[in-house]
Amino acid sequence: MTKSLWMRSSAVSLLILVVLLFFWHAATVPGPAASAPAGMSDEYAAMMGMGAATPKAGMPGPADIAVTVWEKLSDPFYDNGPNDKGIGIQLGFSLARVLAGFFLAALVAIPLGFVIGMSPVMRGALDPFIQVMKPISPLAWMPLALYTIKDSSLSAIFVIFICSLWPMLINTAHGVASVKREWLNVALTLEVTPLRKAFQVILPAAAPTILTGMRISMGIAWLVIVAAEMLVGGTGIGYFVWNEWNNLSLNNVIFAILSIGVVGMALDLMFGWVSRLVAYRE
Amino acid sequence: MDNAFLKIESLAKVFPSMRGGEPLTVFENIHFQLAKGEFVCIIGHSGCGKSTILNVLAGLDEASGGTVIMDSREVSGPSLDRGVVFQSHALMPWLTVMQNIVFAVKSRWPDWSRDKLKAHAQKYIDLVHLTGAEDKKPAELSGGMKQRVGIARAFAIQPKMLLMDEPFGALDALTRGVIQDELVNICAETHQTVFMITHDVDEAILLADKIVLMTNGPHAKIAEIVVNTLPRDRSRHDVHKHPHYYRIRNHLVDFLVTRSKEFASNVPAGYNPLHPPQVRPGLEPDVDSVPEGDTRVRHLHQPAMPVAA
Repeated sequence: MTKSLWMRSSAVSLLILVVLLFFWHAATVPGPAASAPAGMSDEYAAMMGMGAATPKAGMPGPADIAVTVWEKLSDPFYDNGPNDKGIGIQLGFSLARVLAGFFLAALVAIPLGFVIGMSPVMRGALDPFIQVMKPISPLAWMPLALYTIKDSSLSAIFVIFICSLWPMLINTAHGVASVKREWLNVALTLEVTPLRKAFQVILPAAAPTILTGMRISMGIAWLVIVAAEMLVGGTGIGYFVWNEWNNLSLNNVIFAILSIGVVGMALDLMFGWVSRLVAYRE
Repeated sequence: MDNAFLKIESLAKVFPSMRGGEPLTVFENIHFQLAKGEFVCIIGHSGCGKSTILNVLAGLDEASGGTVIMDSREVSGPSLDRGVVFQSHALMPWLTVMQNIVFAVKSRWPDWSRDKLKAHAQKYIDLVHLTGAEDKKPAELSGGMKQRVGIARAFAIQPKMLLMDEPFGALDALTRGVIQDELVNICAETHQTVFMITHDVDEAILLADKIVLMTNGPHAKIAEIVVNTLPRDRSRHDVHKHPHYYRIRNHLVDFLVTRSKEFASNVPAGYNPLHPPQVRPGLEPDVDSVPEGDTRVRHLHQPAMPVAA
């Protein structure tokens, strides 16, 4: 039953892909080149995008992208100076920043979330700060970060840190606060030490909620890194996109967009897998 | 009765008034005692505060007045000396049966080796007939099996006293019967002192040595303490054949249906909450003329009366 469902979904997915590729192809096939008016020199006609010399329409088609993908993936780690690095290196830079910012945020958000979740006083005290800070676009912090940290790469990490913080903090606090009273009562009647209670009762009980928060944070961090790197420049997939736009290489831009999507999906699948490890059924 | 193991003296619970009204006294002047190895059930309608009394004994709730003394020491806060079986079983769903019990055993004996912890837990898993289910998660168990794990966990820490809050309330009648029989056997083996809340009159007669009857709240009191005069090796199959059985049962049902309500307005002469009367309805002669010993007839005349929760 589920297997046949999966097969049917896959068939429809494939069909949608074929249709999309077809329309993409149809829309980007170069039309017959406008013939140059008589008397125009060949060089001038070429410059005007006319005549036999016209290479292609501006927007690349699926076949062009396939060639680009193949070229880029066959040599992902080359490094020919600041403006010409392999896609693997660029994605690596972005991932490193995302992971650094994300884990720094986890280091702050999870313990702080525990405190907020366990103490109603702290919850009330910190709530206004969280409510004000949470809706701020992480990129708005960039000027302050650049001014204080004085390092563009670290500033990008800081922006990732600040945007990963809130979902993890809020979910951890919520998960900890909603640990069932009866489990805490069991711990109380067994005179469980506070540390053991935190790690063996509250943490496993709240783990699914905490993981959900981490998953949301990772998704947001991967969205934000592209914009952050467009601003700070130098390295990373965001910088790559902007650089290739400046080069007017739409092939590379589209290829970068696809890689961003695939890496984002892989990150999400990873968190999905970890969530299943800590999930429990009641 | 100075050899009492557990002494409850003038226990009261008062909730402060909301918005200037009268403060709500749930119960007051609760006095009773338990001897070591005794099994005591407490019966009363919802709202009489019996769960609060149990939570005070467990250390999970605080009384507004009075003291609880166990084994010559005042009870304040939870302790491993008092094991609790929760109505909702309260197992940790992310741990297996074995891990749930080892968690409790490790709390009691933190220095034990892993093997010793497991061996000890296994003994109690076997005791409640869950051998083979050690590696199952609670979600894979039936309601009855979950409650067995809860009972095994409470017994495994070998508490001085066991507190049970309607442990079988959520189970179907068949499962309840089987576990009740198991509980009778385990208590007989371990001489465990037990304090249990129940709504089920038959369960109380099967399990308890003494049955504490509480009047309706607010201002609930202990109306009397019924001594179970049935011989202690009772079993579900033949307990109702004993001539005392329906005398006690009638007495309890009678109390729950009428006297628990009327007690406050109709306090019997000479009633002293410091010494609630102990009664032995099993030894009293029958009021009606059904000949003693003719239990079959009594069966027909005594449909199982469900007691409102």
